[in-house]
Amino acid sequence: MRLHKLVVAASIAAIGLSAALTAPAAYAAEEQFFPVLAYRTGAYAPNGAPWANGFVDYMKLTNARGGVNGVKMIWEECETAYATDRGVECYERLKGKHGGATAVQPLSTGITFALTEKAPVDKIPVITAGYGRSESQDGSVFGWNFPLIGTYWMGADVLVQHIAKKEGGFDKLKGKKIALVYHDSPYGKEPIALLQERAKMHGFELSLLPVAHPGVEQKATWLQIRQNKPDYVFLWGWGVMNSTAIKEAQATGYPREKMYGVWWSGAEPDVKDVGDGAKGYNALAMQHGAEPNAKVVKEVLEKLHAKGQGTGPKEEVGQVLYMRGLISSMLQVEAVRVAQDRYGKGKHITGEQMRWGLEHLDLDQKKLDALGFAGVMRPVKTSCLDHMGSAWARIHTWDGKKWNFSSDWYQGDEKVLRPLVISTAGKYAEEKKIVRRTAEDCKK
Amino acid sequence: MFYRENGQFKTSYKSDQQIFPIPQDRWVILAIVVFAFVGIPLLVDEYLFRAILIPFLILSLAALGVNILVGYCGQITLGAGAFMAVGAYASYNFLIRVSGMPALAAILLGGLTAAAVGIVFGAPSLRVRGLYLAVATLAAQFFWDWAFLRIKWFTNDSSSGSVSVADIELFGWTISTPTDKYLFCLGILVLFSLMAKNLVRGSIGRQWMAIRDMDVAATVIGIRPMYAKLSAFAVSSFYVGVAGALWGMVHLGSWEPAAFSIDRSFQLLFMVIIGGMGAIAGSFFGAAFIVILPIFLNQMLPLVGDLFGLEVSVALVSHVEIMVFGALIVFFLIVEPHGIARLWSTGREKLRLWPFPH
Repeated sequence: MRLHKLVVAASIAAIGLSAALTAPAAYAAEEQFFPVLAYRTGAYAPNGAPWANGFVDYMKLTNARGGVNGVKMIWEECETAYATDRGVECYERLKGKHGGATAVQPLSTGITFALTEKAPVDKIPVITAGYGRSESQDGSVFGWNFPLIGTYWMGADVLVQHIAKKEGGFDKLKGKKIALVYHDSPYGKEPIALLQERAKMHGFELSLLPVAHPGVEQKATWLQIRQNKPDYVFLWGWGVMNSTAIKEAQATGYPREKMYGVWWSGAEPDVKDVGDGAKGYNALAMQHGAEPNAKVVKEVLEKLHAKGQGTGPKEEVGQVLYMRGLISSMLQVEAVRVAQDRYGKGKHITGEQMRWGLEHLDLDQKKLDALGFAGVMRPVKTSCLDHMGSAWARIHTWDGKKWNFSSDWYQGDEKVLRPLVISTAGKYAEEKKIVRRTAEDCKK
Repeated sequence: MFYRENGQFKTSYKSDQQIFPIPQDRWVILAIVVFAFVGIPLLVDEYLFRAILIPFLILSLAALGVNILVGYCGQITLGAGAFMAVGAYASYNFLIRVSGMPALAAILLGGLTAAAVGIVFGAPSLRVRGLYLAVATLAAQFFWDWAFLRIKWFTNDSSSGSVSVADIELFGWTISTPTDKYLFCLGILVLFSLMAKNLVRGSIGRQWMAIRDMDVAATVIGIRPMYAKLSAFAVSSFYVGVAGALWGMVHLGSWEPAAFSIDRSFQLLFMVIIGGMGAIAGSFFGAAFIVILPIFLNQMLPLVGDLFGLEVSVALVSHVEIMVFGALIVFFLIVEPHGIARLWSTGREKLRLWPFPH
């Protein structure tokens, strides 16, 4: 009974020492710290790495542009391997460093759920651009969650709109069969609530086909698809699950043209290995797709990669997931700018001030063009009650070599989304005994 | 020299039968417990509490439960994660469905539910043994994984299958800060360890060990295998269930079934094997090894890299971490197959003779 305490004490001492050693010598006010919870190892690394590279590159680019009113971005990476407990450990490790984390982006729905509990206590906003819990759009309950520019409900809504348009109207959906092949985790289950709502409205038949982590075993799922012959298949996968699903579809002979992935199932690593087999496969584009010609991409290549300062391989710059990391990073950098406008230009921003910035983000087309995002995304405007800020999406299709846009812009239908968001967030508020923020609280 | 019991005479059965018959042991343990209650909250910061100490305490409790079953009763289980999940979800349901339910009662009821489930899934142990039993308990893991993912009633119809609870309260004490949580878990762990130590010293513990060592012989001397095995399953699942409830309600605050996946079951079994089967202390060593070491390596490697002027990338660190961790497991199992607890007791024997080993 004695040694274990000694071991614990020794480890604690050693870890404490290491923490002390790595702590910064002095905290300078003109720096803004962002923890980077990345996964470059494990089953989801092929998708996690480009995102992290884009995320870090934009901060490097911001510094190369002279920072935000002179304030430099600093960051530290921590490897989560997509595991929730490691992610929480990383967050705890980094949140206090360099004068405190400004905001955190976990890139995992599981870690998001865990951090949602911690954010109000630590006063650090959790930005989940295109993932996380859909009901966290309701800023009056989820004061610290920011599912900027996309939630899964909005994504699922756009997919239904798209196939309704293809069929020639919502009334044509009656009697159609849609199968949802999803990653059996909170992430994959997110769209179910909305799709069920839509199924009730339009009378299509929704079948749910879960796939266990990590998603390499899908034979039974696709056998079911072969038997049921659904009119459309929605794919809610991540990492190796996506390419496996497309390969299985090819083996089963299910037309790839009838498959629609969420934006996390529509990037280069998902289809590259399948190549021609994935031809015709569609996926949601969370506003942007692969953007090799965007101005900001050229700027990254010129200012960072040409000087050997880029993160990751050069070929990745402009790919779908790289762009998503880049945009996620841009949104938080711009929120810092907004917060600085109110709390003092060139000053360090705290987590609470950052929240104000995120709630008053207003990126119009002019600002986006100036940042080099012309054609990449549409304007974003958040408010205290709406933490998403933009509900636009498009569809893109893989032609065997690259992703091409194959649809117009769609907007998530507020009439369907809003009641669902409000009721689900209300339930959460009840469970956690949270009092909704009023318009008065918002002004603070 | 310091650790020698010469001259300590026991004059009553009571003093001979206490948990730590040697005063040195007794005082050191007491001092450590006092230090854990008083000293640590003053010394360590939030990161250590939330990322290391609280998980360590809760997983120690779970490992203690698994050790009762695997180490003392000899019944291999791969369903510990499932029993943790049962404890967590049961206490969650008690808390939200029964109005005015105190959190502590919900946690204990969660443990009791896990115990009942443990008895049901322990029933195959009456017929099958060893690896076959491990496979049978694996069924528990898959069944409960499935149940919490698919049966919406358990998760209060949450759309994503994830549930969350508010801060828990105990006699007017709201457990919200990391220090509160640490003290709460520590209190439960100390009580439960004391209980476990006494159980395994008592008649029931001796029955378990008799079954473990040779069940036919145990039956011959009048031990009922059904009673012994099922009670081991019940007590073990109770411990694991309480640990699960703490893991969900105190440590995570909001969780999904993946928090209690098959990986957790393996992790707990490894803790017991590496820490030491059939030793209470082994559970703590095992939990420390599995919880703390990877994080420690993860933080030390970049520093080691700095010493040699190398920039170590995050991905490389986590690869090296996995390799070193694996190598250490192999090393410990070769050096001491009976676990770190045995290493410690050999060390203690040596210490008694020190500095004159002959």
